[in-house]
Amino acid sequence: MLKFALRRLALLVPVLFGLSVLLFAWVRALPGDPARSLLGERATPEGIARVNASYGFDQPLLQQYLIYVKALLQGDFGDSIKTGQPVLTTFFERFPATIELATTALLFAIVVGVPLGYLAARNQGRFLDTAVVSGSLLGVATPVFFLAILLKLVFADWLGLLPTALRQDARMDATHITNFYVLDGLLTREWDAAFNAMVHLVLPAVALGTIPLAIIVRITRASVAEVLHEDYVRTAESKGLSRRIVSRRHVLRNALLPVVTTIGLQAGLLLSGAVLTESVFAFNGIGSYLFQAISQRDFPVLQGFIIFIAITYSLINLLVDLAYGVIDPRVRVS
Amino acid sequence: MSGRTGADSAEIMLAGSGGHGAGPDEAGGVGLWRAAFRRLRRNPTAIAGAVIVLLFVLVALFAPLLTSYEPGSTADAGLVTPSSVPGPSEDHWLGLDRYGSDMWTQLVYGARQSLAYGVISTAIGLVAGAGLGAVAGGFGALGGRVGSWVDNAVMRLVDVMLSVPSLLLAVSIVAVLGQNAYAVMIAIGTAQVPIFARLLRGSMLSQGKSDYVLAAGALGIRKRKIVSGHIVPNAIGPTIVQATLNLATAIIEVAALSYLGLGEADPAVAEWGRMLVAAQDRFEAAARLALLPGFAIAFTALGFTLLGEAMREALDPRSRR
Repeated sequence: MLKFALRRLALLVPVLFGLSVLLFAWVRALPGDPARSLLGERATPEGIARVNASYGFDQPLLQQYLIYVKALLQGDFGDSIKTGQPVLTTFFERFPATIELATTALLFAIVVGVPLGYLAARNQGRFLDTAVVSGSLLGVATPVFFLAILLKLVFADWLGLLPTALRQDARMDATHITNFYVLDGLLTREWDAAFNAMVHLVLPAVALGTIPLAIIVRITRASVAEVLHEDYVRTAESKGLSRRIVSRRHVLRNALLPVVTTIGLQAGLLLSGAVLTESVFAFNGIGSYLFQAISQRDFPVLQGFIIFIAITYSLINLLVDLAYGVIDPRVRVS
Repeated sequence: MSGRTGADSAEIMLAGSGGHGAGPDEAGGVGLWRAAFRRLRRNPTAIAGAVIVLLFVLVALFAPLLTSYEPGSTADAGLVTPSSVPGPSEDHWLGLDRYGSDMWTQLVYGARQSLAYGVISTAIGLVAGAGLGAVAGGFGALGGRVGSWVDNAVMRLVDVMLSVPSLLLAVSIVAVLGQNAYAVMIAIGTAQVPIFARLLRGSMLSQGKSDYVLAAGALGIRKRKIVSGHIVPNAIGPTIVQATLNLATAIIEVAALSYLGLGEADPAVAEWGRMLVAAQDRFEAAARLALLPGFAIAFTALGFTLLGEAMREALDPRSRR
């Protein structure tokens, strides 16, 4: 298991190296000039040259790349051209918001999706099954930004029940330690701040979680339905074991493997979806910031953020693969 | 973003079905497809999906016959005020949009954009992705040091592409190529490349281990011939299904790029995603401005999803019990 994990971690190195080369090339291929974007319309050629020199943009490309990689290896991701802030600082300010949103969305999808899929499989062909399957197909087909707009329209504009923007009321004036607002509220015992942050998470998380929910429902249903047909389930039932024990020990344990895979694969999807959800709800995560950085040609921010996203994504995939071994001992052997 | 939904479940299906993909089973090569088509015709899901897709294609093709207005014509712009947008009337049966254009006309012409963008970008993704996948899978199935080296090299490239979420990949490509129709299509097509590549490679490798390939090898048939004549035709099924599902994704992603302000730049062109954005700050005045294009996108995507799901079921040997 440990050997497997280490080998997978080692494989991450070439992927990240490839990504750093491609990213470097891509970012330099972006039309537009960071110096011009920083200094504005009336920039003088001397001013632009000075800015370019201070960021090293006047060096040959290979040289620039080597400087960049060297700094990267020392944990230095550079400073934002636009704000002058270190990329790392901004990232850790913003990333918790996205993680908080994505985690809540995924939890919503799992907590609702797995039982629904299980129930559908247990009632195959009946009304409940048909309703769940149709609902999940509709869920997959609905664009996340449309769903976000729809939720905002119904629950905020018409019913006035939930907030539609930001992560917390601006008046809250809460203390922030980790930048996970819910967690911060709990840590500092500012219960109303924690509650306020949770309320702000509801709509974006439901919007972002609906597609994963639909997918988890379908995978769970298909997988449970298949396991229910297996001989060992029939054996267990004919031995007179209670339905609950059969479900827990035999059906769910065997049916969960594809579900775990799917949950892992949703990670990339959640990060993509977060860009859109964050922009509908003015939720200050990395998604909206990254989008801003692209339009402002903020090279260091772009490179740094995307590399971080790629690392996160790859680590999640590794965790999923390790989770296999825990659930299914057969995988561990091979 | 509904990004890689289909691919993921398809890959799982593939992994789940292990070695026995759509092989040359009881019915043989052609029979497999014919049998699948027969099952498809009897499946209500497939029929529903096909009807929606057909409706969408017909609307897109015959848009000029379905309305007497020009897309983007703002003849009635004077009727629109900050607090109200004229609703359904005799002249405009779905009312006007916030720029004073006929809503029905915009929706109908929007179908054209979605169809063109969706089909072309998926075609780009399919050709490039399946090409890469076939190279990797072909060399991988052939084995040997060179074979596995090529396979590895191609798949690491795909891994790098996969390490960036698909929408961000698309956004960045539009940023490089500039904001125009071609850039949008290439961007969305490129974002699909890793899906097709991994899918085709995976099913080719599982075909490569099957008995008939071993038999063909034992009979002395040349390896290249085995790959092109046996492995590819038998492994392509899930890829075709994926293309149908990706059409849904592509239509949604085109709208998503427009939503982020990176889509078609010409305001005279009707595009569902941009109609949705334009409607956002007019919720109180007229929610239908957002609801109609939103449901148009979802409905079309649903059609392709239903059809794709039904195709997958028809081609998956496991569902034949």
